[in-house]
Amino acid sequence: MANTQSMCTSFMSQLMLGEHQLGTATLVSRTSLTAPTTDTLKAALYLASATVNAATTVYSATGEVSGTGYTAGGVTVTNATAPTSTNSSATAGVAFFTPSASLIYTTVTLTTAFDCVLIYNSTQSNKAISAHTFGSQTITAGTFTLTMPANTTAAALIRLATT
Amino acid sequence: MALVTTTKGDMDDSLLEKREGTVDNDNELTTWVEYWLQGELVHRSAHVTLKKTATLTSSVASF
Repeated sequence: MANTQSMCTSFMSQLMLGEHQLGTATLVSRTSLTAPTTDTLKAALYLASATVNAATTVYSATGEVSGTGYTAGGVTVTNATAPTSTNSSATAGVAFFTPSASLIYTTVTLTTAFDCVLIYNSTQSNKAISAHTFGSQTITAGTFTLTMPANTTAAALIRLATT
Repeated sequence: MALVTTTKGDMDDSLLEKREGTVDNDNELTTWVEYWLQGELVHRSAHVTLKKTATLTSSVASF
């Protein structure tokens, strides 16, 4: 059992179905014809012994960390930057999105090693978006901070690329 | 002097042994800090900066 960094496969088809709206709202909601909305994304931490990968379809408490100061489901992702797209040639381009602030778990005690964060859409029935792994950590009466990569074509947290 | 949150409440850092470390690889840049009191870990924080992306590579069919 291990976590694997990946975009969740179910997220891909859900994009085609228009089930996710990341970043600043630019489209009217699927439930309103007049009011733009933005989905709320959340970030949950998972034990190194868990299995979170491309096959993960929704957030689950199974394998999630637990401990003092940590709330099941994780923290809310600051979601203030709209996805961006750019063309690199006549036939290729990249769309990309990165949360606009670090994920911060303040004053927690997580004594069992964890190595994965699952980004998921809590507005849309907790549907999974992507899993990101890092070296195993434990936290003792401290703060765990997960800083996002630069929001660029090459480094953004989530990229959709044509070749 | 600074106060550190520990398993025994806030403590002056001058009373504690501080240990720090860094991991820098293709996937992440991680820094961590620990405070120990008489051989007991009483505080550990970590800061992970992700470097890798989750990428979907797409294509379209030709006629």
